[in-house]
This record gives sequence, C-alpha cells and structure tokens, in this order.
Amino acid sequence: MLTIDGLVAGYGLGDILKGVDLRLDRGTITCIIGPNGAGKSTVLKAVSGLLTPRVGSISFDGEPIGGLSPRRVLERGIVHVPQERSLFPKMTVFENVLMGAHLLRDRREVQRRAEAVAERFPIVGERRGERAGSLSGGQQKIVEIARATMVQPRLMLMDEPSMGLDPKARHLVFETVTRLNAEGQTILLVEQNARAGLQIADRGVVMDTGRVALEGPAATLLGDPNVAALYLGGHVDRAAPPPALTGSAPDAALPPA
Amino acid sequence: MTALLQVEGLSKGFGGVRAVDDCSFGVSEGTMTALIGPNGSGKTTVFNLVTGYLSADAGVVRFAGAPVRSPDPMRLYRLGLTRTFQQARVFARLSVRDNLIAAIPHRRRSFLRTRFTPADMSRAEEVLGEFGLLGLADALASELSFGQRKLLEFATVLMSRPRLVLLDEPTSGVNPTMVATMERHIRELNAQGLTFLIVEHDMNLVMRLCDPVIVLDHGAKIMEGAPSEVQVDPRVLDAYLGA
Repeated sequence: MLTIDGLVAGYGLGDILKGVDLRLDRGTITCIIGPNGAGKSTVLKAVSGLLTPRVGSISFDGEPIGGLSPRRVLERGIVHVPQERSLFPKMTVFENVLMGAHLLRDRREVQRRAEAVAERFPIVGERRGERAGSLSGGQQKIVEIARATMVQPRLMLMDEPSMGLDPKARHLVFETVTRLNAEGQTILLVEQNARAGLQIADRGVVMDTGRVALEGPAATLLGDPNVAALYLGGHVDRAAPPPALTGSAPDAALPPA
Repeated sequence: MTALLQVEGLSKGFGGVRAVDDCSFGVSEGTMTALIGPNGSGKTTVFNLVTGYLSADAGVVRFAGAPVRSPDPMRLYRLGLTRTFQQARVFARLSVRDNLIAAIPHRRRSFLRTRFTPADMSRAEEVLGEFGLLGLADALASELSFGQRKLLEFATVLMSRPRLVLLDEPTSGVNPTMVATMERHIRELNAQGLTFLIVEHDMNLVMRLCDPVIVLDHGAKIMEGAPSEVQVDPRVLDAYLGA
C-alpha cells in the first residue's frame, strides 16, 4: 500500500535519512523502532509531506506522493498524529474532533462523522464538552487519534503515541491502536518503547543512523539479539549490506580540523 | 582508586517530573567514565547539577574529596571541573585563538584589569597545536563547521588545566573523521591523567572508549559496569527497549 524506495531526506545541510526502503501492507500495524536520532520520525514527516524527499520515491497505492504538500497527502487519505500534544487545549474535546475534518465542506457530514467518533471512542463521548487541556496525557492522545479518524484515513501515521505516558495510560492508548487495526485500519507506528511497540505490531522495522538496519515479523524482532546491539553497541549481523551512502554528513564538505 | 567526583542522593524536579531522583555515583580519577541511559533518563540534568548550571533540590556533590556547596560553574572551573555542551558554546565573534585566551582563569577579581601573560599566550599556542587548530587560529569561531566548533570548545576547557572534564555528546552531529579526532584527543588526554565523564549516544564509541559505564533510568543509577556487562544486563535492556 505504501512503498518507500531509497528515501534521502533531512534538514538544513544534513541528511537524516540516507536511503530508506520500506513496504507497508494494507491492514497491518508496522512499527518503526531504533535508537535516538535514527530517523524514525523523519520517515513519517517525509510521508506526510512535512519534509520533501531529496532522493528516492514514496508511493501510496501506486501513485507517487513524495513532495506533495501535507494537505494533498491528507486528501489522499494519510493522516499524521504527531509526537507532541496537538489538541487545542482551550477548545472542547468535541470541537477538537470537529477540527479533524477541516478539509470537508459538508457540515452535516462533519457532524455525522463526529457523532460516530464520539460513539466509537468513549472518551470523546463522555468528555465531549470539557476543555481538551483538562484531560490527562493519555486521554488527550486518544482524542488526538479519534480526531485523526475524522478524515476516514486509509493510512494512519503515529509518532510515539506513548511518549511521556505512564504504563497504564500507555496501555489504554495501545489498546485504542490495536482496536483501530482490528477494524481494518492500516497503521505506521513509531515507538521509543521498542518492546511495547513490537508487541502490538505485525511487522517491525529497526532503524539506525538513517537506514533500515533490520526488519521482519515483529515477533521475530522481539527475540533478536541484534536489536539490543543496535541500542547498546556491539556487532550486528546484517542480512544484507547497507545501501550505498547517497547523502552527505553535515561536516563532510569541510576539511577535517 | 579515589573517587574524584562523588554524587550522593542528587535530586531535581521540574514541576511534577523528577528528572533526577536520588542519584548516586562516583567517578574514579584517571577513568573515562560513561553516563548513558535512554532519552529523558536525566543525563544532561545530572551534568547541569554537577557543574552548577542548575541547583539541586537535594543531594551532595563532592569534588576531590571536598563537598561543593552551591556549585557555581566559574568556581568549579577554577577548581578543575569543567564541561562541554551538546551545542558547543563558543564566542562566535572571537577568533579561535581569542576563544582559548578568554578561557584562561584569572585570580584577579576585576575583569577589566585582566592581563594576559606570555605564558598564557604560549599555552594557547600549545593547545592550538595539539588540536590541529593552528591553521584556523585567526578564523572567527562563527566561520567554523559544527564539528570544528565542538573541537574548539573541547580545546578551550583545557585552558584551565582541569582534572575532570564532563563531555556532553562530544560526537553528536559531527562527521566520522571528526569523531575519530575527538576520540583520539580524549584518549591522549586521559593517558596524560585527565579524567572524563562522558554522555554520548554513539554506543559503539562509548563501549570501546569507556570503562566503567554508568546507566541511568528515570533519573537514578540502575547499573554500573564494564561495557561487556552493561550490554547484556537485563535491567539495561529493559531501560532501553521498554519493559
């Protein structure tokens, strides 16, 4: 459904992604894990149009989407739930959900969808009139996910939905994610908590310094000692040699001091 | 071995978050000790507390056997404890050489009456030479690459002839050549007796350079040991991979 080939992208002079290949099947949860700075969030940003690929291609259902504006990507049915809290804290929970469909012109359709979301996500129904900022971190994250479903996305990108949450809240958020998936939602998830992320995923992708270092069924990766080696140093047996370096390191153009 | 730096029961909260929570560890003289831990485990906050950039809610820091009461960066610098930052802090509008000279600690109270001695100048030249910066001595720090700025910052903290240097991610964002250069300087200075406490995300570098490795999680030490022990310790794996 989503195909990324040889993706190079970054900020300023440096490339964060140095040739990423990734394939996503419809109806699955794919979880990207990896140490700090590996480029996990950057992959999501490139897919959702927040970052333009420098090299490589991204295609969605056979059509190229690399370099499209975030709005166009959203119109194709890809929605991005960002890492940081993104609800409007002074608006009510229900108003936030309505905002999720700002692309739609048909107000009655927006209302209808929002009511459906309120039924589908109990927290939205129960707390609909309360200010979003008064909800706990975990509840806010669930409302964010609920809001993202307003566009009836074909693919949801979720960037570390469990960040900053205690284990109980994390469990609730992950429960929401798995339930969405059980209803057919395709999800590309980035997780800092590698084990928790892999436990709910079908496939896992382990990134390291801008490349895919390992990938496979999530259950296999859970027991793979190479994953720990990527986090804590040590030897990694790569199944295939890493793709050629197509980008340049930030200082590469300058002579070494 | 004597602990050059001893941290006991250090705590610091930001709002409801306990960034550092009853943290205790020691750094033995002559070591290259690493301080690692997952994102948000409190490494940089520990650095800021130890070097006086933040004040602790509780706890004691001892340097060279004496408790440091209300740590102050300048006073610690004179005592021989200094640090670098993730984003190198150098004077952008000064030349490389002047950055080094400005880092010389002076006993005189009045900044305006500060005099630099010929010895200071030759010390600056010596450090420039050691760091291969002679060719850039008259360049403005603002003209340097990110990696070169980090190297310059590293060089400047040596002007005080410190006993302990805290390095906050010395190789993040720098190219592989510069990583090798940094590593070489750290090793050489350590061989001359300088003690290091290093926060670093490049685990391959940490594991080949440092011993012991101290692991933080949720603001407290969960483990300390040789790299080979740390890499297989279940508590460390839980911290990094999630439980």
